[in-house]
Amino acid sequence: MRKAFVPLLAVAGFIFMTAPILVTRAPYESTMGLVQKIFYFHMPPAMLMLLSAIFCGIISAIELIRKRPVYDWIAYAAAELTVLYGALAMVTGPLWARKAWGVWWVWDPRLTMSLLLWMVFVSYLLLRRYGGPGSETLAAGLAVFGMATSPFVYLSVNIWRTIHPLTTVVPTLPVDFALPLWYAFTGFLLLYIALMTLRVRIEEQRALVDQLYLESEE
Amino acid sequence: MSAFWRVVWIVAKKDLAIEARSRELLNTTVFFALSCVIVFSVSFVGEGGDGRALGDAAAGILWIAIAFSGTLALGRTFERERYGDTLRALLLAPGARPAVYVGKLVGVVGLLLATEIIIVPLVALLFQARLFDHTLLLAALLGFGTVGFACVGTLFAAMLGRARSRDVLLPILLYPVTIPVMIAGVRGTAALIQPTPQLDMARLWIMLLLSFDVVFLTLSLWTFESVMTE
Repeated sequence: MRKAFVPLLAVAGFIFMTAPILVTRAPYESTMGLVQKIFYFHMPPAMLMLLSAIFCGIISAIELIRKRPVYDWIAYAAAELTVLYGALAMVTGPLWARKAWGVWWVWDPRLTMSLLLWMVFVSYLLLRRYGGPGSETLAAGLAVFGMATSPFVYLSVNIWRTIHPLTTVVPTLPVDFALPLWYAFTGFLLLYIALMTLRVRIEEQRALVDQLYLESEE
Repeated sequence: MSAFWRVVWIVAKKDLAIEARSRELLNTTVFFALSCVIVFSVSFVGEGGDGRALGDAAAGILWIAIAFSGTLALGRTFERERYGDTLRALLLAPGARPAVYVGKLVGVVGLLLATEIIIVPLVALLFQARLFDHTLLLAALLGFGTVGFACVGTLFAAMLGRARSRDVLLPILLYPVTIPVMIAGVRGTAALIQPTPQLDMARLWIMLLLSFDVVFLTLSLWTFESVMTE
């Protein structure tokens, strides 16, 4: 995995450099016009945030069963990346909403769920940072609960009306729209994997340094 | 199974006995909830002079008072254990770990229900909210809501017992996770206090609370053992 880092970053960089060309060449959406272009940079991070949160929850559950440090490193990296991608989605979303709906924010199920999921993982990072020793296990418990709570948030806000476009539009997109979307998605995904590799490696090195330090003390 | 419930009963009885003698938590929690209500009365009572809360605000006031004072009670319950370092003793005692969790949970739920018995009439009285038209449905909302809030809260408060800055971290971790309880509780109560109460809506929210309780109680029982192992 370590060797894959540089090629991954290079490919992701190439995609991010060329994605604007594809996005420019994509046709204008009939009702929203130019504003709709932000979609290509809004949906991929939003979707990856959700996937990353689920990934972190599953890895944390495994960590609770068999306590191996590597699961902890992966879960920590996934939580940080969830917050990062969530922040990207949370910045691009309101910019789009302001033009498309006329408001910066609405309390619609998808938005509420994303915000809460993002908050759960911010609190995960706060716990890791300020919780002191032993907070890894507590954070793993929190991630499992955070993952379990989001369907309930979605369900409970869904009883009100929703105005967010349904994700079912994605598979039915015409190819002119779908191509730049999945191109950008690939870029974000590769960046995710590259950052994940890097982050896990940092934790691994940190654990090694701690261990060497302890050994030199003896 | 009977050994499990015996441990539950012993742990819960211990907490309730301490509480019955000192009444420390009940007194402070009720007073804190009252203070919350006073703060809300400043923002959410209309100009009309009839003393009614704006729109559905009475439902929100009730549930926020419960959640805030509940957090206070949760923190304090485990602070007491930490003070005498008795949580470790509890965990070391023979008997299933999940039974210790359920015992603590029963204690916390009992305390919160006692607080609610005082707070609900108070909110009904101070904001002229018709909370007692459908007492059974309201009791179901409050009961299931309290169990949901307390089952996550008890686990988090227990696991934060040995963390640094636990007082700050408890509400930070607890509120985002228990938001479905708040949504269901507030919307369900709001449905009951409408001029024409929407009973079907309230029943729907009760079902949601019930399923939340089942999922989170199962998760808590499953994780308690591993998060409490040092």
